[in-house]
Amino acid sequence: MSKIFKGRPIIPGEWTGPCVVSRQGMNTLASFQKGALAGKKSIVCSDQNNPDLYDKVLTGMAVCLPKTIGSTTGGMVLQTVAARGVGPAALLFSERIDSLAAGGVILAKVWNNADVVTVDGLGEEFLRFVEDGMLVTIKPDGTVTAG
Amino acid sequence: MKYMMKLKAEEKEMLDGSKGDTLRKAMETVVRFGETFGAKRLVPIDHNLHMVTSMGIPLLGTVFGLMDELIAGGISLARPFTVDPRPFDYSTVNVGPLKKIAFRIMYGRQAAYEKQLDKIGLKDKNAFTCACYLDEVGNIPKKGDALAWSESSAVVYANSVLGARSNRNSGVIELLCGVVGRVPEFGFLTDAGRGADWLVEVKTTKKPEAQVLGSAIGMKVIEDVPYITGLDKHLGARLTQDAKDYLKDMGAALASNGAVGLYHVDRLTPEARERKKALLKKKFRTYVVDDAEMERVYRSYPVMWKRPDARPKLCFIGCPHLSLAQVRAWLAAIEDTLAKHGRRSAAVRTVLTTAPDVADAFRRESGVPQRLASAGVTLSSICPLMYMNNPFCAKEPVATNSNKLRTYTTARYFKDDDILEIIAKGRTI
Repeated sequence: MSKIFKGRPIIPGEWTGPCVVSRQGMNTLASFQKGALAGKKSIVCSDQNNPDLYDKVLTGMAVCLPKTIGSTTGGMVLQTVAARGVGPAALLFSERIDSLAAGGVILAKVWNNADVVTVDGLGEEFLRFVEDGMLVTIKPDGTVTAG
Repeated sequence: MKYMMKLKAEEKEMLDGSKGDTLRKAMETVVRFGETFGAKRLVPIDHNLHMVTSMGIPLLGTVFGLMDELIAGGISLARPFTVDPRPFDYSTVNVGPLKKIAFRIMYGRQAAYEKQLDKIGLKDKNAFTCACYLDEVGNIPKKGDALAWSESSAVVYANSVLGARSNRNSGVIELLCGVVGRVPEFGFLTDAGRGADWLVEVKTTKKPEAQVLGSAIGMKVIEDVPYITGLDKHLGARLTQDAKDYLKDMGAALASNGAVGLYHVDRLTPEARERKKALLKKKFRTYVVDDAEMERVYRSYPVMWKRPDARPKLCFIGCPHLSLAQVRAWLAAIEDTLAKHGRRSAAVRTVLTTAPDVADAFRRESGVPQRLASAGVTLSSICPLMYMNNPFCAKEPVATNSNKLRTYTTARYFKDDDILEIIAKGRTI
Protein backbone atom coordinates (compact mmCIF):
# COMPACT_ATOMS: atom_id res chain seq x y z
CA MET A 1 0.00 0.00 0.00
CA SER A 2 1.39 3.39 -0.94
CA LYS A 3 1.17 6.53 1.11
CA ILE A 4 1.41 10.21 0.17
CA PHE A 5 3.46 12.75 2.10
CA LYS A 6 3.75 16.49 1.57
CA GLY A 7 6.90 18.46 2.18
CA ARG A 8 8.64 21.64 1.10
CA PRO A 9 10.60 21.48 -2.16
CA ILE A 10 14.11 22.87 -1.69
CA ILE A 11 15.38 21.75 -5.09
CA PRO A 12 12.13 20.98 -6.91
CA GLY A 13 12.00 18.15 -9.41
CA GLU A 14 10.22 15.05 -10.66
CA TRP A 15 11.83 11.70 -9.92
CA THR A 16 10.87 8.07 -9.33
CA GLY A 17 13.17 5.39 -8.00
CA PRO A 18 14.21 3.30 -5.02
CA CYS A 19 15.22 4.67 -1.65
CA VAL A 20 17.55 3.88 1.21
CA VAL A 21 16.62 4.94 4.70
CA SER A 22 18.67 6.35 7.56
CA ARG A 23 16.74 6.63 10.82
CA GLN A 24 19.62 8.64 12.29
CA GLY A 25 21.37 11.74 10.95
CA MET A 26 23.51 10.99 7.89
CA ASN A 27 27.11 12.07 8.32
CA THR A 28 27.80 13.27 4.78
CA LEU A 29 31.59 13.30 4.92
CA ALA A 30 31.83 9.92 6.64
CA SER A 31 29.28 8.44 4.22
CA PHE A 32 30.78 9.60 0.92
CA GLN A 33 34.46 10.21 1.57
CA LYS A 34 35.82 6.73 0.94
CA GLY A 35 33.98 6.24 -2.34
CA ALA A 36 34.58 9.80 -3.51
CA LEU A 37 38.30 9.69 -2.73
CA ALA A 38 38.60 6.37 -4.55
CA GLY A 39 36.86 7.88 -7.58
CA LYS A 40 34.13 5.22 -7.56
CA LYS A 41 31.32 5.43 -10.07
CA SER A 42 28.93 3.99 -7.54
CA ILE A 43 29.45 5.08 -3.95
CA VAL A 44 28.57 2.87 -1.01
CA CYS A 45 28.19 4.43 2.42
CA SER A 46 31.44 4.26 4.39
CA ASP A 47 30.10 5.59 7.69
CA GLN A 48 30.85 2.88 10.23
CA ASN A 49 28.70 4.69 12.80
CA ASN A 50 25.52 4.49 10.73
CA PRO A 51 24.21 0.91 10.76
CA ASP A 52 21.23 1.91 8.59
CA LEU A 53 23.33 3.04 5.63
CA TYR A 54 26.74 1.44 6.10
CA ASP A 55 27.85 -0.51 3.00
CA LYS A 56 24.72 0.38 1.03
CA VAL A 57 24.75 2.10 -2.38
CA LEU A 58 23.94 5.82 -2.18
CA THR A 59 24.56 6.81 -5.80
CA GLY A 60 21.36 7.34 -7.75
CA MET A 61 19.14 6.58 -4.76
CA ALA A 62 16.64 8.67 -2.87
CA VAL A 63 18.09 8.93 0.62
CA CYS A 64 15.39 9.29 3.29
CA LEU A 65 16.74 10.79 6.48
CA PRO A 66 15.97 13.14 9.35
CA LYS A 67 18.92 15.46 8.53
CA THR A 68 22.64 15.42 7.86
CA ILE A 69 25.26 15.73 10.57
CA GLY A 70 29.03 16.02 11.00
CA SER A 71 31.81 18.01 9.38
CA THR A 72 31.17 21.29 7.63
CA THR A 73 32.80 19.87 4.53
CA GLY A 74 29.45 18.06 4.19
CA GLY A 75 27.86 20.50 1.77
CA MET A 76 30.93 20.68 -0.42
CA VAL A 77 31.07 16.89 -0.48
CA LEU A 78 27.42 16.79 -1.58
CA GLN A 79 28.13 19.38 -4.27
CA THR A 80 31.09 17.40 -5.53
CA VAL A 81 29.36 14.02 -5.74
CA ALA A 82 26.34 15.66 -7.37
CA ALA A 83 28.50 17.46 -9.94
CA ARG A 84 30.32 14.20 -10.72
CA GLY A 85 27.03 12.35 -11.14
CA VAL A 86 27.73 9.94 -8.28
CA GLY A 87 25.59 11.56 -5.60
CA PRO A 88 22.13 10.62 -4.40
CA ALA A 89 19.37 11.38 -6.91
CA ALA A 90 17.17 12.78 -4.18
CA LEU A 91 17.28 13.74 -0.51
CA LEU A 92 14.04 13.38 1.42
CA PHE A 93 14.16 14.91 4.89
CA SER A 94 11.60 14.09 7.54
CA GLU A 95 12.70 17.18 9.47
CA ARG A 96 13.67 20.65 8.33
CA ILE A 97 16.79 20.56 6.18
CA ASP A 98 20.06 21.41 7.95
CA SER A 99 22.46 24.14 6.84
CA LEU A 100 25.14 21.79 5.47
CA ALA A 101 22.84 19.79 3.23
CA ALA A 102 21.08 22.95 2.07
CA GLY A 103 24.42 24.50 1.20
CA GLY A 104 25.44 21.43 -0.78
CA VAL A 105 22.34 21.07 -2.92
CA ILE A 106 22.19 24.82 -3.60
CA LEU A 107 25.87 24.93 -4.60
CA ALA A 108 25.33 22.00 -6.96
CA LYS A 109 22.30 23.72 -8.48
CA VAL A 110 23.81 27.21 -8.95
CA TRP A 111 27.42 26.39 -9.85
CA ASN A 112 27.17 22.98 -11.52
CA ASN A 113 23.62 22.89 -12.82
CA ALA A 114 23.28 19.54 -11.03
CA ASP A 115 19.93 18.99 -9.35
CA VAL A 116 19.64 16.74 -6.33
CA VAL A 117 15.87 16.73 -5.95
CA THR A 118 15.38 17.78 -2.34
CA VAL A 119 12.28 17.92 -0.16
CA ASP A 120 12.21 18.64 3.57
CA GLY A 121 9.61 18.62 6.34
CA LEU A 122 8.03 15.31 5.32
CA GLY A 123 7.34 14.44 8.95
CA GLU A 124 8.19 11.65 11.38
CA GLU A 125 5.51 9.38 9.91
CA PHE A 126 7.35 9.46 6.57
CA LEU A 127 10.54 8.13 8.14
CA ARG A 128 8.57 5.44 10.01
CA PHE A 129 6.85 4.34 6.79
CA VAL A 130 9.67 4.15 4.24
CA GLU A 131 11.94 1.13 3.98
CA ASP A 132 15.05 0.28 2.00
CA GLY A 133 14.23 -0.54 -1.64
CA MET A 134 10.78 1.05 -1.51
CA LEU A 135 9.84 3.01 -4.63
CA VAL A 136 9.31 6.74 -4.13
CA THR A 137 7.80 9.21 -6.58
CA ILE A 138 8.59 12.89 -6.07
CA LYS A 139 6.63 15.76 -7.61
CA PRO A 140 7.91 19.33 -8.06
CA ASP A 141 5.46 20.63 -5.45
CA GLY A 142 7.09 18.50 -2.75
CA THR A 143 4.58 15.64 -2.81
CA VAL A 144 6.23 12.28 -2.19
CA THR A 145 4.46 8.98 -2.80
CA ALA A 146 6.12 6.02 -1.12
CA GLY A 147 5.36 2.32 -1.50
CA MET B 1 15.53 34.29 -9.47
CA LYS B 2 12.50 35.00 -7.28
CA TYR B 3 13.23 35.94 -3.71
CA MET B 4 11.39 37.17 -0.62
CA MET B 5 14.36 38.64 1.21
CA LYS B 6 14.67 42.40 1.58
CA LEU B 7 17.85 43.32 -0.29
CA LYS B 8 19.72 46.59 -0.41
CA ALA B 9 20.53 48.29 -3.71
CA GLU B 10 24.09 46.97 -3.88
CA GLU B 11 22.91 43.45 -3.07
CA LYS B 12 20.28 43.66 -5.83
CA GLU B 13 22.95 44.76 -8.28
CA MET B 14 25.04 41.73 -7.45
CA LEU B 15 22.04 39.46 -7.81
CA ASP B 16 20.90 40.84 -11.15
CA GLY B 17 24.36 40.40 -12.67
CA SER B 18 25.24 44.10 -12.93
CA LYS B 19 28.53 43.36 -11.15
CA GLY B 20 29.41 40.33 -13.23
CA ASP B 21 28.29 36.75 -13.51
CA THR B 22 30.56 35.40 -10.78
CA LEU B 23 29.19 37.80 -8.19
CA ARG B 24 25.68 37.03 -9.46
CA LYS B 25 26.17 33.32 -8.78
CA ALA B 26 27.79 34.04 -5.41
CA MET B 27 24.89 36.25 -4.38
CA GLU B 28 22.30 33.83 -5.76
CA THR B 29 23.83 31.05 -3.68
CA VAL B 30 23.84 33.15 -0.51
CA VAL B 31 20.26 34.39 -1.05
CA ARG B 32 18.89 30.91 -1.85
CA PHE B 33 20.68 29.58 1.20
CA GLY B 34 19.23 32.28 3.44
CA GLU B 35 15.72 31.94 2.02
CA THR B 36 15.73 28.22 2.79
CA PHE B 37 15.97 29.16 6.46
CA GLY B 38 13.60 32.10 6.37
CA ALA B 39 16.24 34.84 6.53
CA LYS B 40 14.62 38.24 6.00
CA ARG B 41 17.85 40.06 5.17
CA LEU B 42 21.60 39.85 4.79
CA VAL B 43 23.85 41.41 7.42
CA PRO B 44 27.46 42.58 7.03
CA ILE B 45 30.17 40.18 8.15
CA ASP B 46 31.98 41.64 11.18
CA HIS B 47 35.11 39.52 11.33
CA ASN B 48 37.61 37.54 9.27
CA LEU B 49 36.55 34.27 7.67
CA HIS B 50 37.65 30.79 8.64
CA MET B 51 37.36 28.24 5.85
CA VAL B 52 37.24 24.46 6.08
CA THR B 53 38.61 23.66 2.63
CA SER B 54 42.37 23.34 2.96
CA MET B 55 43.02 20.27 0.86
CA GLY B 56 43.94 20.05 -2.78
CA ILE B 57 42.00 16.90 -3.57
CA PRO B 58 41.71 16.70 -7.36
CA LEU B 59 38.20 15.30 -6.96
CA LEU B 60 37.11 18.66 -5.59
CA GLY B 61 37.34 20.10 -9.07
CA THR B 62 34.15 22.03 -8.42
CA VAL B 63 35.92 24.05 -5.73
CA PHE B 64 39.04 24.73 -7.78
CA GLY B 65 36.95 25.80 -10.76
CA LEU B 66 35.03 28.19 -8.56
CA MET B 67 38.29 29.61 -7.14
CA ASP B 68 39.63 30.12 -10.68
CA GLU B 69 36.46 31.97 -11.53
CA LEU B 70 36.87 34.26 -8.51
CA ILE B 71 40.52 34.96 -9.33
CA ALA B 72 39.77 35.60 -13.00
CA GLY B 73 37.12 38.11 -11.90
CA GLY B 74 39.65 39.92 -9.72
CA ILE B 75 37.68 39.00 -6.60
CA SER B 76 39.39 38.64 -3.22
CA LEU B 77 38.11 38.76 0.34
CA ALA B 78 38.03 42.03 2.24
CA ARG B 79 39.82 40.60 5.29
CA PRO B 80 42.64 38.01 5.50
CA PHE B 81 41.24 34.57 6.32
CA THR B 82 42.42 31.37 7.98
CA VAL B 83 41.83 27.85 6.73
CA ASP B 84 41.91 24.28 8.08
CA PRO B 85 45.23 22.38 8.41
CA ARG B 86 47.25 20.93 5.56
CA PRO B 87 46.81 17.19 4.94
CA PHE B 88 50.49 16.26 5.10
CA ASP B 89 53.91 17.66 5.94
CA TYR B 90 56.85 15.31 5.38
CA SER B 91 59.18 17.57 7.35
CA THR B 92 57.34 16.64 10.55
CA VAL B 93 55.46 13.42 9.75
CA ASN B 94 57.53 11.58 7.18
CA VAL B 95 56.05 8.51 5.50
CA GLY B 96 57.24 5.66 3.32
CA PRO B 97 57.18 5.66 -0.50
CA LEU B 98 53.79 3.96 -0.87
CA LYS B 99 52.05 6.46 1.38
CA LYS B 100 53.82 9.29 -0.44
CA ILE B 101 52.53 8.06 -3.78
CA ALA B 102 49.01 7.88 -2.33
CA PHE B 103 49.30 11.39 -0.86
CA ARG B 104 50.60 12.68 -4.19
CA ILE B 105 47.55 11.26 -5.95
CA MET B 106 45.00 12.17 -3.27
CA TYR B 107 46.19 15.72 -2.69
CA GLY B 108 47.74 16.30 -6.07
CA ARG B 109 46.44 19.84 -6.30
CA GLN B 110 47.70 20.96 -2.90
CA ALA B 111 50.36 23.39 -4.13
CA ALA B 112 48.09 24.83 -6.82
CA TYR B 113 45.21 25.18 -4.38
CA GLU B 114 47.37 26.97 -1.81
CA LYS B 115 48.32 29.46 -4.54
CA GLN B 116 44.61 30.01 -5.22
CA LEU B 117 43.99 30.60 -1.48
CA ASP B 118 46.84 33.08 -1.41
CA LYS B 119 45.42 35.01 -4.35
CA ILE B 120 42.04 35.49 -2.71
CA GLY B 121 43.48 36.71 0.62
CA LEU B 122 44.88 33.94 2.85
CA LYS B 123 46.28 35.43 6.09
CA ASP B 124 49.80 34.01 5.72
CA LYS B 125 51.66 30.72 5.31
CA ASN B 126 50.86 29.84 8.94
CA ALA B 127 47.11 30.28 8.47
CA PHE B 128 46.49 26.51 8.28
CA THR B 129 44.77 25.34 11.49
CA CYS B 130 41.34 24.24 12.64
CA ALA B 131 41.86 26.24 15.87
CA CYS B 132 42.21 29.69 14.33
CA TYR B 133 40.88 31.27 17.53
CA LEU B 134 44.00 30.44 19.54
CA ASP B 135 45.86 33.53 20.80
CA GLU B 136 48.98 32.80 18.73
CA VAL B 137 46.92 32.58 15.51
CA GLY B 138 44.73 35.56 16.29
CA ASN B 139 41.55 35.01 14.26
CA ILE B 140 39.46 35.75 17.36
CA PRO B 141 36.00 37.27 16.85
CA LYS B 142 34.33 39.32 19.57
CA LYS B 143 31.09 38.51 21.33
CA GLY B 144 28.19 39.35 19.04
CA ASP B 145 30.25 39.47 15.80
CA ALA B 146 28.37 38.14 12.76
CA LEU B 147 30.53 35.51 11.08
CA ALA B 148 30.46 33.18 8.09
CA TRP B 149 32.66 30.37 9.37
CA SER B 150 32.83 26.71 8.57
CA GLU B 151 34.86 23.92 10.25
CA SER B 152 32.48 22.45 12.77
CA SER B 153 34.87 22.61 15.73
CA ALA B 154 35.69 26.27 15.06
CA VAL B 155 32.05 27.29 14.58
CA VAL B 156 30.94 25.69 17.83
CA TYR B 157 33.85 27.31 19.70
CA ALA B 158 33.19 30.76 18.23
CA ASN B 159 29.49 30.56 19.09
CA SER B 160 29.76 28.99 22.51
CA VAL B 161 33.01 30.11 24.11
CA LEU B 162 33.48 33.48 22.38
CA GLY B 163 29.80 34.37 22.01
CA ALA B 164 30.21 35.27 18.32
CA ARG B 165 27.47 34.39 15.83
CA SER B 166 27.94 31.94 13.00
CA ASN B 167 25.76 29.27 11.51
CA ARG B 168 27.31 25.93 10.64
CA ASN B 169 28.17 26.89 7.10
CA SER B 170 29.27 24.36 4.60
CA GLY B 171 32.62 24.69 2.87
CA VAL B 172 32.27 27.07 -0.12
CA ILE B 173 29.13 28.68 1.36
CA GLU B 174 31.38 30.48 3.87
CA LEU B 175 33.65 31.59 1.02
CA LEU B 176 30.76 32.95 -1.03
CA CYS B 177 29.43 34.85 2.00
CA GLY B 178 32.92 36.33 2.30
CA VAL B 179 32.90 37.23 -1.39
CA VAL B 180 29.65 39.19 -1.10
CA GLY B 181 30.64 40.47 2.37
CA ARG B 182 27.32 39.47 3.88
CA VAL B 183 25.69 36.57 5.62
CA PRO B 184 21.98 35.65 5.80
CA GLU B 185 20.47 36.45 9.18
CA PHE B 186 18.92 33.29 10.59
CA GLY B 187 19.60 30.60 13.18
CA PHE B 188 22.56 31.36 15.43
CA LEU B 189 22.75 34.91 14.11
CA THR B 190 19.49 35.75 15.86
CA ASP B 191 18.71 35.95 19.60
CA ALA B 192 15.86 33.47 19.19
CA GLY B 193 18.13 30.95 17.49
CA ARG B 194 20.48 30.83 20.47
CA GLY B 195 18.00 29.44 22.98
CA ALA B 196 18.60 25.97 24.43
CA ASP B 197 16.45 22.95 23.51
CA TRP B 198 18.02 20.62 26.08
CA LEU B 199 19.00 20.80 29.70
CA VAL B 200 21.99 18.49 30.10
CA GLU B 201 22.77 17.66 33.72
CA VAL B 202 26.31 16.41 34.24
CA LYS B 203 26.31 14.28 37.39
CA THR B 204 29.58 12.41 37.09
CA THR B 205 31.63 11.77 40.22
CA LYS B 206 34.82 13.08 38.60
CA LYS B 207 35.69 15.48 35.77
CA PRO B 208 34.31 13.75 32.66
CA GLU B 209 36.59 13.11 29.71
CA ALA B 210 35.83 16.11 27.45
CA GLN B 211 35.77 14.09 24.25
CA VAL B 212 33.39 11.42 25.61
CA LEU B 213 31.08 13.97 27.20
CA GLY B 214 30.89 15.88 23.92
CA SER B 215 30.22 12.66 22.07
CA ALA B 216 27.45 11.59 24.48
CA ILE B 217 25.69 14.95 24.29
CA GLY B 218 26.19 15.26 20.52
CA MET B 219 24.67 11.85 19.83
CA LYS B 220 21.70 12.72 22.05
CA VAL B 221 20.83 16.27 20.96
CA ILE B 222 22.09 15.97 17.32
CA GLU B 223 21.86 19.60 16.12
CA ASP B 224 19.94 21.13 19.01
CA VAL B 225 21.39 23.56 21.51
CA PRO B 226 22.23 22.08 24.94
CA TYR B 227 22.44 24.04 28.19
CA ILE B 228 24.91 22.09 30.30
CA THR B 229 24.88 22.22 34.09
CA GLY B 230 27.25 20.60 36.56
CA LEU B 231 30.43 21.23 34.59
CA ASP B 232 31.41 24.29 36.61
CA LYS B 233 31.93 21.89 39.54
CA HIS B 234 34.85 20.43 37.57
CA LEU B 235 35.99 23.40 35.50
CA GLY B 236 35.37 26.26 37.89
CA ALA B 237 33.31 29.32 37.10
CA ARG B 238 35.93 31.24 35.10
CA LEU B 239 36.95 30.81 31.48
CA THR B 240 40.55 29.96 32.30
CA GLN B 241 42.88 28.51 29.64
CA ASP B 242 42.18 25.04 31.06
CA ALA B 243 38.44 25.59 30.80
CA LYS B 244 38.71 26.94 27.24
CA ASP B 245 40.83 23.96 26.18
CA TYR B 246 38.33 21.56 27.73
CA LEU B 247 35.44 23.28 25.97
CA LYS B 248 37.36 23.26 22.67
CA ASP B 249 37.74 19.48 22.82
CA MET B 250 34.23 18.86 24.10
CA GLY B 251 32.83 21.09 21.35
CA ALA B 252 34.67 19.25 18.60
CA ALA B 253 33.08 16.00 19.75
CA LEU B 254 29.66 17.65 20.03
CA ALA B 255 29.97 18.89 16.46
CA SER B 256 31.28 15.67 14.90
CA ASN B 257 29.36 13.02 16.86
CA GLY B 258 26.29 15.19 16.44
CA ALA B 259 25.89 18.46 14.60
CA VAL B 260 25.92 20.89 17.49
CA GLY B 261 26.83 24.45 16.55
CA LEU B 262 26.22 26.12 19.90
CA TYR B 263 26.16 25.06 23.53
CA HIS B 264 25.90 26.93 26.80
CA VAL B 265 27.67 25.94 30.00
CA ASP B 266 26.06 27.13 33.20
CA ARG B 267 28.11 29.86 34.95
CA LEU B 268 30.89 29.62 32.37
CA THR B 269 30.14 30.55 28.75
CA PRO B 270 29.30 34.21 27.98
CA GLU B 271 25.58 33.94 27.32
CA ALA B 272 25.00 31.47 30.15
CA ARG B 273 26.68 33.89 32.52
CA GLU B 274 24.35 36.66 31.38
CA ARG B 275 21.04 34.92 30.93
CA LYS B 276 21.50 31.71 32.91
CA LYS B 277 18.65 29.21 32.60
CA ALA B 278 16.48 31.85 30.93
CA LEU B 279 18.24 30.56 27.80
CA LEU B 280 16.20 27.36 28.04
CA LYS B 281 13.24 27.27 25.68
CA LYS B 282 9.79 26.62 27.14
CA LYS B 283 9.60 23.01 26.05
CA PHE B 284 13.14 21.81 26.73
CA ARG B 285 14.09 18.19 27.16
CA THR B 286 16.43 16.81 29.80
CA TYR B 287 19.41 14.46 29.48
CA VAL B 288 21.38 13.27 32.50
CA VAL B 289 25.00 12.23 32.05
CA ASP B 290 26.35 10.19 34.93
CA ASP B 291 29.24 7.74 35.25
CA ALA B 292 27.17 4.87 33.83
CA GLU B 293 26.11 6.88 30.79
CA MET B 294 29.70 7.97 30.12
CA GLU B 295 30.82 4.35 30.25
CA ARG B 296 27.95 3.19 28.00
CA VAL B 297 28.86 5.75 25.34
CA TYR B 298 32.58 4.94 25.56
CA ARG B 299 31.89 1.21 25.18
CA SER B 300 29.63 1.82 22.16
CA TYR B 301 32.45 2.96 19.84
CA PRO B 302 33.16 0.41 17.10
CA VAL B 303 36.79 -0.71 16.81
CA MET B 304 37.85 -0.44 13.18
CA TRP B 305 41.29 -1.98 13.53
CA LYS B 306 41.65 -5.29 11.69
CA ARG B 307 43.05 -6.84 14.85
CA PRO B 308 41.70 -5.23 18.03
CA ASP B 309 44.75 -6.50 19.96
CA ALA B 310 47.26 -5.01 17.48
CA ARG B 311 50.15 -2.91 18.74
CA PRO B 312 49.50 0.72 17.77
CA LYS B 313 51.86 2.06 15.12
CA LEU B 314 51.04 5.70 15.57
CA CYS B 315 49.38 7.92 18.13
CA PHE B 316 47.72 11.23 17.24
CA ILE B 317 46.97 13.81 19.91
CA GLY B 318 45.48 17.09 18.77
CA CYS B 319 42.30 16.92 16.71
CA PRO B 320 41.28 19.72 17.00
CA HIS B 321 44.71 21.33 17.17
CA LEU B 322 46.19 21.71 20.66
CA SER B 323 46.62 25.05 22.38
CA LEU B 324 50.07 26.08 23.61
CA ALA B 325 49.08 25.12 27.17
CA GLN B 326 47.93 21.70 25.96
CA VAL B 327 51.11 21.04 23.98
CA ARG B 328 53.16 21.88 27.06
CA ALA B 329 50.98 19.69 29.28
CA TRP B 330 51.04 16.71 26.91
CA LEU B 331 54.80 16.73 26.50
CA ALA B 332 55.24 16.95 30.28
CA ALA B 333 52.71 14.15 30.87
CA ILE B 334 54.41 11.93 28.30
CA GLU B 335 57.81 12.56 29.90
CA ASP B 336 56.39 11.75 33.36
CA THR B 337 54.75 8.54 32.14
CA LEU B 338 57.89 7.43 30.34
CA ALA B 339 59.91 8.06 33.50
CA LYS B 340 57.38 6.09 35.57
CA HIS B 341 57.91 3.12 33.24
CA GLY B 342 61.69 3.53 33.14
CA ARG B 343 61.74 4.51 29.47
CA ARG B 344 63.52 7.39 27.75
CA SER B 345 61.39 7.61 24.62
CA ALA B 346 57.92 6.74 23.40
CA ALA B 347 57.27 3.14 22.46
CA VAL B 348 54.77 4.33 19.83
CA ARG B 349 55.45 7.02 17.28
CA THR B 350 53.57 9.96 18.79
CA VAL B 351 52.47 13.12 17.00
CA LEU B 352 51.15 16.22 18.77
CA THR B 353 49.28 18.40 16.30
CA THR B 354 48.87 22.13 16.76
CA ALA B 355 48.62 25.36 14.79
CA PRO B 356 51.82 26.40 12.95
CA ASP B 357 52.01 29.61 15.03
CA VAL B 358 51.66 27.60 18.25
CA ALA B 359 54.28 25.08 17.09
CA ASP B 360 56.69 27.93 16.31
CA ALA B 361 56.10 29.47 19.74
CA PHE B 362 56.56 26.13 21.52
CA ARG B 363 59.75 25.27 19.64
CA ARG B 364 61.20 28.63 20.69
CA GLU B 365 60.78 27.75 24.37
CA SER B 366 63.94 26.75 26.17
CA GLY B 367 64.93 23.11 25.71
CA VAL B 368 61.77 22.11 23.88
CA PRO B 369 63.35 20.75 20.65
CA GLN B 370 65.70 18.59 22.76
CA ARG B 371 62.86 17.38 24.99
CA LEU B 372 60.72 16.46 21.97
CA ALA B 373 63.59 14.57 20.39
CA SER B 374 64.45 12.81 23.62
CA ALA B 375 60.85 11.68 24.23
CA GLY B 376 60.47 10.63 20.60
CA VAL B 377 57.52 12.96 20.17
CA THR B 378 56.82 14.86 16.95
CA LEU B 379 55.23 18.29 16.77
CA SER B 380 53.27 18.81 13.58
CA SER B 381 50.57 21.02 12.10
CA ILE B 382 48.93 18.53 9.76
CA CYS B 383 45.29 17.48 9.89
CA PRO B 384 45.29 13.94 11.35
CA LEU B 385 41.94 13.30 9.71
CA MET B 386 43.21 14.02 6.22
CA TYR B 387 46.37 12.03 6.95
CA MET B 388 44.22 9.04 7.89
CA ASN B 389 42.26 9.30 4.63
CA ASN B 390 45.33 7.87 2.92
CA PRO B 391 44.32 4.21 2.45
CA PHE B 392 47.78 3.00 3.50
CA CYS B 393 47.57 5.03 6.71
CA ALA B 394 44.02 3.82 7.33
CA LYS B 395 45.18 0.20 7.37
CA GLU B 396 47.50 0.80 10.29
CA PRO B 397 46.39 0.65 13.93
CA VAL B 398 46.35 4.29 14.98
CA ALA B 399 45.46 5.38 18.50
CA THR B 400 43.99 8.76 19.34
CA ASN B 401 42.28 10.70 22.11
CA SER B 402 40.16 12.51 19.51
CA ASN B 403 36.55 11.55 19.13
CA LYS B 404 36.37 13.49 15.88
CA LEU B 405 39.24 11.48 14.42
CA ARG B 406 37.60 8.28 15.63
CA THR B 407 34.33 9.24 13.95
CA TYR B 408 35.78 9.86 10.51
CA THR B 409 38.63 7.35 10.28
CA THR B 410 39.80 3.93 11.42
CA ALA B 411 41.69 5.49 14.34
CA ARG B 412 40.74 4.04 17.70
CA TYR B 413 39.71 6.22 20.60
CA PHE B 414 41.36 5.95 24.00
CA LYS B 415 40.97 8.10 27.08
CA ASP B 416 43.84 10.46 27.91
CA ASP B 417 45.29 8.30 30.71
CA ASP B 418 45.15 5.19 28.51
CA ILE B 419 46.85 7.03 25.65
CA LEU B 420 49.76 7.87 27.94
CA GLU B 421 50.12 4.21 28.95
CA ILE B 422 50.02 3.16 25.29
CA ILE B 423 52.74 5.67 24.42
CA ALA B 424 54.92 4.29 27.20
CA LYS B 425 54.20 0.57 26.75
CA GLY B 426 53.59 0.30 23.02
CA ARG B 427 50.47 -1.77 23.44
CA THR B 428 46.82 -1.27 24.28
CA ILE B 429 45.62 -1.71 27.81
